[in-house]
Amino acid sequence: MLNYDLVVVGGGPAGMAAALKAKEEGVEKIVILERAETLGGILEQCIHTGFGLHYFGEELSGPEYAGRFIELVEKTDIDVFTDTMVLNVSDDNVVTAVNNNDGLMQFKAIAVVLAMGCRERPRGALSIAGSRPAGIMTAGTAQKYVNIDGYMPGKKVVILGSGDIGLIMARRMTLEGAEVKVVCELMPYSGGLTRNIVQCLDDFGIPLRLSCTVVKTHGKDRLEGVTIARVDEKLQPIPGTEEYIECDTLLLSVGLIPENELSKDVGVELDRVTSGPVVDEYRETLKPGIFACGNVLQVHDLVDYVTEESQIAGKGAADYIFGKKKGGTFINTKGVDGVRYIVPQRVNIEGDENLKLYFRVGQVYMGAKVVVECDGEVLSSRKKVKLAPGEMENVVITAEMLKKMNENSEITVRIEE
Amino acid sequence: MKYDVAVIGAGVVGSLITRELSRYNLKIALLERCNDCAMGATKANSAIVHAGFDAVPGTLKAKLNVRGVELMKDFCRELNVPLKNNGALVVAFSEGEIPHLEKLLKRGVDNGVPGLRIIDREELKKIEPNIGDTAVAALVAPTSSIVCPYELTIAGVENAVTNGAVFVRNCEVKGIEFSDDEFTLTTTQGEIKAKYVINAAGVHSGKIAKLIGDDSIEIIVRHGDYYLLDKSQGSLANYTIFQCPTEMGKGVLVSPTVDGNLIVGPSANDIDDGDDVATTPEGLNGIYTAATKSVPAVSLRNAITSFSGNRAHPVTDDFIIGSSKANKNFINAAGIESPGLSSSPAIAEMIVDIMNELTGGMEKKADFNPIRPEPVRFRHMSTEERAELIKKNKAYGRIICRCETITEGEILDAIHAPAGARDVDGVKRRTRAGMGRCQGGFCGSKVVEILARELGVSMNEITKFGGESKIMYDRTK
Repeated sequence: MLNYDLVVVGGGPAGMAAALKAKEEGVEKIVILERAETLGGILEQCIHTGFGLHYFGEELSGPEYAGRFIELVEKTDIDVFTDTMVLNVSDDNVVTAVNNNDGLMQFKAIAVVLAMGCRERPRGALSIAGSRPAGIMTAGTAQKYVNIDGYMPGKKVVILGSGDIGLIMARRMTLEGAEVKVVCELMPYSGGLTRNIVQCLDDFGIPLRLSCTVVKTHGKDRLEGVTIARVDEKLQPIPGTEEYIECDTLLLSVGLIPENELSKDVGVELDRVTSGPVVDEYRETLKPGIFACGNVLQVHDLVDYVTEESQIAGKGAADYIFGKKKGGTFINTKGVDGVRYIVPQRVNIEGDENLKLYFRVGQVYMGAKVVVECDGEVLSSRKKVKLAPGEMENVVITAEMLKKMNENSEITVRIEE
Repeated sequence: MKYDVAVIGAGVVGSLITRELSRYNLKIALLERCNDCAMGATKANSAIVHAGFDAVPGTLKAKLNVRGVELMKDFCRELNVPLKNNGALVVAFSEGEIPHLEKLLKRGVDNGVPGLRIIDREELKKIEPNIGDTAVAALVAPTSSIVCPYELTIAGVENAVTNGAVFVRNCEVKGIEFSDDEFTLTTTQGEIKAKYVINAAGVHSGKIAKLIGDDSIEIIVRHGDYYLLDKSQGSLANYTIFQCPTEMGKGVLVSPTVDGNLIVGPSANDIDDGDDVATTPEGLNGIYTAATKSVPAVSLRNAITSFSGNRAHPVTDDFIIGSSKANKNFINAAGIESPGLSSSPAIAEMIVDIMNELTGGMEKKADFNPIRPEPVRFRHMSTEERAELIKKNKAYGRIICRCETITEGEILDAIHAPAGARDVDGVKRRTRAGMGRCQGGFCGSKVVEILARELGVSMNEITKFGGESKIMYDRTK
């Protein structure tokens, strides 16, 4: 058994930022367990730019953004195990992990940070009828083939879903000589960042068809084409609008799912909407000493916010390890009227610092107000030019506001049109 | 190449026949059209070892099903294939359906199925808490089991190859001539000669029989769609839950699988092309609606994949097993639809009997090894067992498929096994890498890499399931 103060599960941007923050706060023995061959997580295959505008004030590529944190980790005495898979986290914070060099290892930890990231929703979750030939894959898998392995997974491409990875891959495949015929989006709006729609589709003349989906795949061995169709308000295909598009590749960018299998095993309670753990403002789950941050907690739009959130978790874990984490009186936050969820789900009204509540909206709003209320009183109300499901929003709750609340209070955030 | 016996088709029937024949001093070739075994109906069915109450008494289906259930335990033990005796329920959803249950009960008793009884709503709710509210009664069949059909097939082929049989992939039989007491098969792998031919070609068995002038086998391709749900849903059903059967088959079932998922299906519609395994919106919608009648908690939110399979429905409605009228040395094992998987060990036994009769008695192999060694299944091991295993071989310390916890060592075993995996789906069916909730999103490219390395080819030569199912094209710019 190896004894550590803090075990961080996952060495992507979230895990690294949490570990570095905890180190900065004085935590001595820290280990990061990473399943890939290197630190950096999914950023390693994101060779496009656009990372770091908020955090570093510069436009970096994914590997560059990750590289800055990897360098910092290397300068510390934080232990790192790569190519190492965590198999289990026990009730008493024993983390069992395995790799082919050290074999089976057990780490006893005072605190654990869960930073496993997320996975892509596969085809099976979509119930698209048709054959199951080669050539149907998630956009992230295609990204790995192209950017890491150096192979083209196809030449004529249809992309289903306008999530950011799909948009990025539309551009990437085009630059590599493939023909991206269309990006279909089931919803009447895109789930991706506006800047990605402009830079990855518009600039290359790739059509984005909203309220449109793939209803059938064709081809026995390799994909030969797809049938697309428009959908009604209930998202059901409209008969008669079917259109056959010849293609050898269908990339799916239809949502990301936080990877919480380990969290479930250890008995961490999950939020039904985010599919991530329920946490307080320190990013501690309902299981004391277990923290969560990054895409395992909520799917982020920008890595900059992952870093920010993970530093909070790292600080929280450090306070826990040093016995500094105060108890307190926790109340719930709640998204209503267009606000799908809020992270954190609980806040301590005895806290003496300002805190941010992160949320996403369920549809596109133009010129709507974000209203924060508590016990019938409006705490803040701000008009936003545009709110979209693809972008994470936040509101600030000041220490002043918290002081006025009591144990029965509930903070709500809603959209007012 | 010259053989004593050529078995056409490496589905579960062809596999177990070959394995049983490999007990004897024979040169046997198992010819498979695809890049792997278990590529037809075998890889896409309900994965049930039926108790045997469905088939009409006196039919081959009835006889071989009940005998198959008896033999299945030994086959699975020797071949190290997990078999779980979870029992089955046929549920009546109205008083009007109860006579159906009584009819099935009587049939079952006539067929010699043990332990059948009809239970009321209250007891049903107790043993199957998630059953739909409209259920009024059920027939319980305690001897029904679940098994993984492709695992059984793969194990059978492995064991047959270990005992000297030859597995020939990508070998489509195009023509058969008979002269001088010998068949000459023209195939996509060249000419193959054999004294006896066994036709286990599934939906194509009618076509194969025609090659020797036997027009008696008429197969209708009956298409069925399925959903497979995440392991978190596997406990929604304890038993294999059937509804009352229809003319098209046993109807839509909801069942746990032996690997802990939940399977829902099949639909049933007759089609022309035996190779058309595209799912249909109607089929998928239909099975979902029907499944929620049995178990309302079934939700497509938890579907991890959907697929379909084609069963070979004989117009005679019974298995066609025996020497062809056109040539007694050509033996049909055709029209094997449900309960085909359940009957497969008994079909193999029956073919051995027929062969003994035709040859005047085959000579037993002195060194036949009935055991197919148990593959390493890291996911089922204790911490201590895992630590020990990795000490012996480091490849078991590298997790490739994170959803199912499959190690590189297991993938290497699958590739280097007798009749081992040659493509990504082959690795998947042997190890479960890529069968989990991310469906190969993360491990797919790693499996391609390992296959390329072990087979000594470049990554863009690796296929999903043989043929033109290439995963990658050229190098990037």
